[in-house]
Amino acid sequence: MIMPMHELAIAQSVVDAVLDRLPENRVTRVVLQVGKLSGVEPDALRFCFDLAVADTALDGAELEIVEPAGLAWCETCRTEFGLSRPILLCACGSADVRVISGDQLLISSVKVA
Amino acid sequence: MCATCGCGHEEQIRFTTVGAPEPGQYRQPEHLEDHPHPHSHEHGHGHHGEPAREHEHPHPHPHPNGSVHSQPSGRTVPLAQRILAKNDQQADRNRAWLAERQVAVVNLMSAPGSGKTTLLERTIAEVGPRFGLSVIEGDQETLLDGERIRATGCRVVQINTGAGCHLDADMMARGLAELAPSPGSLVVVENVGNLVCPALFDLGETYRVVVTSVTEGADKPLKYPQMFAVADLVLINKSDLLPYLDVEVSEFEKNVRQVNPAAQLLTLSATHGDGMIAWYGRLELLVTRLTAAPP
Repeated sequence: MIMPMHELAIAQSVVDAVLDRLPENRVTRVVLQVGKLSGVEPDALRFCFDLAVADTALDGAELEIVEPAGLAWCETCRTEFGLSRPILLCACGSADVRVISGDQLLISSVKVA
Repeated sequence: MCATCGCGHEEQIRFTTVGAPEPGQYRQPEHLEDHPHPHSHEHGHGHHGEPAREHEHPHPHPHPNGSVHSQPSGRTVPLAQRILAKNDQQADRNRAWLAERQVAVVNLMSAPGSGKTTLLERTIAEVGPRFGLSVIEGDQETLLDGERIRATGCRVVQINTGAGCHLDADMMARGLAELAPSPGSLVVVENVGNLVCPALFDLGETYRVVVTSVTEGADKPLKYPQMFAVADLVLINKSDLLPYLDVEVSEFEKNVRQVNPAAQLLTLSATHGDGMIAWYGRLELLVTRLTAAPP
């Protein structure tokens, strides 16, 4: 199989960050925000997470991934609109658009044993 | 860490100064080895001119993220932290290290086969000495690209990422330490050929360049929007092949605009040399802007 490689690096970053913040606890649950526009595939990340937690204080931890939808703001018509892909174009024709949600890559919380 | 492919093992990452008989042959000891600096540094020094790296220094001050000590069991601890915070912090340290030395870094990213190495070869041959250009080559395996660059007479450090599909800020810090670029010079980083992963990893570079080639088709910006979205400049390479293809440069431009309205675009042929002058102009601007700025 082709390894979804950047998800592996992301999973490793999650584990490292949690171990840094909570060096003294076993972690049973990790909640992430992976925005729909972030370029990270939640399924690939789940697969990689199980590999990345092996033999760490996160081993066996449950992974919950919240996927905030893409949301953009058009500076021209001053409206908010949904984005399913990171294509910065408003229905009004303007490209003066910025992403206001959906690009998150965050660790929201963890649950300790 | 990973039983399937062995990725994530630090020891798999190799740093090679290609063609250098002695390690550190190209170092500029007067600027980059340990020596007292009269001015203070917010982030502290790395060893031997290396950008400071987090894990090497036990910091007496609180960690920026503040580690949370033993928690009562069953408790949910809010962290609200960016997943790539650690990489981003290292990238910031790299940026500070580079700014202090007035070194400009171009991060060259593309799919495999878009012509990054050919572009670099021509760039080195035509303007390498003018910019004091040196190179960091990222590749999963082999020294092949590094050797191609080395054959031009340019200083080059090869980073083999093993199973890793991109360079990260920590590899960059070690690559810079090994390369030891001269103050006021230009470093070009040839990232691992991949249109997905390198987009997420800030190296601390000055300028992000995405190379795409006309043979890849004009839909690539739409298929890999994250990559094109981070570009400061998009180079549309292999323009000499346009007469043989059913593709228009305007289509590339339109599609790049859709994911990144602010990106600049240049069309060129690294093999034939068309359009290279404009590319050199961008490099010139980078170097002069940086050396003109107060350190």
